Amino acid sequence: MNHPLKREQQLDLYYYMQLNRQLEDRMVRLFRQNKIVGGLYSSLGQEAISVGTAYALEKRDWLAPMIRNIGALLVKGFKPRDIFTQHMAKYTSPTLGKDGTSHFGDLKVRHTVSPISMLGDLIPVMTGVAMAGRYLGQKIVTLTWIGDGGSSTGAFHEGLIFAAQQRAALVLILENNQWAYSTPVSRQAPVKDLAERARGYGIQSRIVDGNDVLAVYDTTKGAVEEARAGRGPVLIEVKTMRMKGHAQHDPAEYVPKEMFEYWKARDPLTLYEKYLTENRIWDAKTKSEIDARIERELDLEQKFAEDSPLPPPELAAQGVYCEEGCHSITADWQRPTKELTPPHCSIEAAWKVEGYGDIDKAVGVAKPAGVSGTGGNGSKSSKPIVKPSVKVADKPALKAPASTEAEAPPVSRVPFGRGPKDKAFRRAAHDKSGRR
Amino acid sequence: MAPVTMLEGIRQAIFEEMDRDPAVVALGEDIGVYGGAFKVTEGLLAKFGPERVIDAPIAETAIVGAACGMSYLGLRPVVEMQFIDFIACCFNQVTNFVAKSHYRWGAPVPMVLRGPSGGGVHGGPFHSANPEMYFVHTPGLKVVYPSTAHDAKGLLKSAIRDNNPVLFFEHKFLYRRIKEELPEGEFTVPLGKAVVRREGRDLTIISYAAMMYPALEAAGELAKQGIEAEVVDLRTLLPLDRETIINSVKKTSKLLIVHEDTRTGGIAGEIAALVCEGAFEDLDGPIARVTALDTPTPYSPPLEEYFLPNASKIVAAARDLARY
Repeated sequence: MNHPLKREQQLDLYYYMQLNRQLEDRMVRLFRQNKIVGGLYSSLGQEAISVGTAYALEKRDWLAPMIRNIGALLVKGFKPRDIFTQHMAKYTSPTLGKDGTSHFGDLKVRHTVSPISMLGDLIPVMTGVAMAGRYLGQKIVTLTWIGDGGSSTGAFHEGLIFAAQQRAALVLILENNQWAYSTPVSRQAPVKDLAERARGYGIQSRIVDGNDVLAVYDTTKGAVEEARAGRGPVLIEVKTMRMKGHAQHDPAEYVPKEMFEYWKARDPLTLYEKYLTENRIWDAKTKSEIDARIERELDLEQKFAEDSPLPPPELAAQGVYCEEGCHSITADWQRPTKELTPPHCSIEAAWKVEGYGDIDKAVGVAKPAGVSGTGGNGSKSSKPIVKPSVKVADKPALKAPASTEAEAPPVSRVPFGRGPKDKAFRRAAHDKSGRR
Repeated sequence: MAPVTMLEGIRQAIFEEMDRDPAVVALGEDIGVYGGAFKVTEGLLAKFGPERVIDAPIAETAIVGAACGMSYLGLRPVVEMQFIDFIACCFNQVTNFVAKSHYRWGAPVPMVLRGPSGGGVHGGPFHSANPEMYFVHTPGLKVVYPSTAHDAKGLLKSAIRDNNPVLFFEHKFLYRRIKEELPEGEFTVPLGKAVVRREGRDLTIISYAAMMYPALEAAGELAKQGIEAEVVDLRTLLPLDRETIINSVKKTSKLLIVHEDTRTGGIAGEIAALVCEGAFEDLDGPIARVTALDTPTPYSPPLEEYFLPNASKIVAAARDLARY
């Protein structure tokens, strides 16, 4: 590991993964008792990803979870009661019952952006958070997740393009759990590794075993450091398996049994427990202590949620707008604002146009020297435009058509219309063949 | 001070707000080096630099999404859609991410989404849109559509300072065709307030944006025929200024609504319902409307002229209404 963890931290990872699993296990029971209002989405088998990635962030960093990232919310400091009450649509939930599942966040303390159900949209949003963080001098990194399915969206593409162009401090975890609802990856895209896409955006990528929490943590930590150092966004493809259906209603009969069995043998919690035991990081006593702590904690949190009231109906009409006295919007400046604008601004407001494209290379013409464009109105004058050193002789000269053929259209012409020129062309071709 | 165009009023608002508050940033396609397709942001990059004036790739979803993310950290992004028609490309970000943010989880999105809209310039089906009603129908947004240089400047400043996402429609027909002197120094125009442009007692004409001009022209013509029309400029479409609308209808007891937007689902229907709820007993005639046809905006000049409302269509409708 490039980023070794202390014993407490390694036990932390176990705690969060087990907390994640036990919490969801309880929610399945609540669902069966009809106490969950909407759908319930399982992250069984994917806990190492949520926990390992979020654990690589610092307190000041921002994240935005997807539906199967409950573990990340726990790492970021949300309480199990937040998850319980959200799913049970209680008044005590972070959204007061206005939205469910992991659709909640916290701008001020836990720096978490709420997702929406439309996939991919968090990528541009977290790009913007990273841009604002840099603008304010906060040195933050943003992290969000996308599934194999969500990586087909336009928002994924646009978001990565913008993030790459801005060199935004964004780490994107592409959680490849092999299934977009009922559609396997092979029927979504003809690529072996979805991480290959990173090359097209000009950003770095990594591939990691999503069921190995230490590998996930280590890889993410490295990516977070890269992003924080200003080397642009990083895409990490995490290979894993969705061990349940899309949601509780879906028995996932479309998944081959052998596939479940293969991945069951690679359960992230079992693997990690084995690692902790074999490396003597814990003993049976430590494990049972942590497990008992989780049990106690969840008992209390679940009771809180179950005892909580539903919201008062009139609440439905409130909070559409941010009204006077509702939120104070302030930016946390950690750099002098005078650095932002010229003449103190560090970035040149000019395009650097390097050559005119690579086509000349293909025909063996020297690449023209870099040319810079002007930076809008009133900016300092740029270097004089350098003429490309294209040697005319290198290009085959266009031959003028022979005088006898001057009136006939060029032979390469492809007629497609009914206009006078096309008619003339067709007639000419016809006459020619007639003469022969 | 010399009279300025609406475009210049908008430009001044952006410059002044960026000058006043370092949290205000501008994003859009070709807004920096090029100064924007209509040159609204000309000179912005030179004055405020590339950290505050961001030339973005052609990726409307990314632009609006990023602006939303920036607003979560307390910035106030002003986003330009090169033509407002292209807002359709980021419809999801605007209506699902941005608009619902505060209601769902208490995260305000203080951003402005502005762009040239409207027809009458032979822009054809994709450069003439009036898509305001998609957004008037989206709780959480505010929708502003000014008709004068003064209002454009004052409303845009209010929009930038507002803590909610504001869609700011700039009618491109008006950009350089209208001019007026603006007050010296700082002024704003409040969101959500309509204004009576012309007083009258016989009937009320409600309109907004570029249609204000044929509406006022029609009122002048009607006055010659002995019909005194009151003309109301909505200025903000969401939230709608119910009070000004109802008060005017109570005064004149007849209502004609004029909009450049297409007929079905246009704001006329909403205003008609609102008046039925609030002033039905005061009505002396049916609520009438003059609107564009229920078609895409056609390209060829005679087609577009036929498609759009104009002063003579308004006069005819008003005369019909006045007979009641």
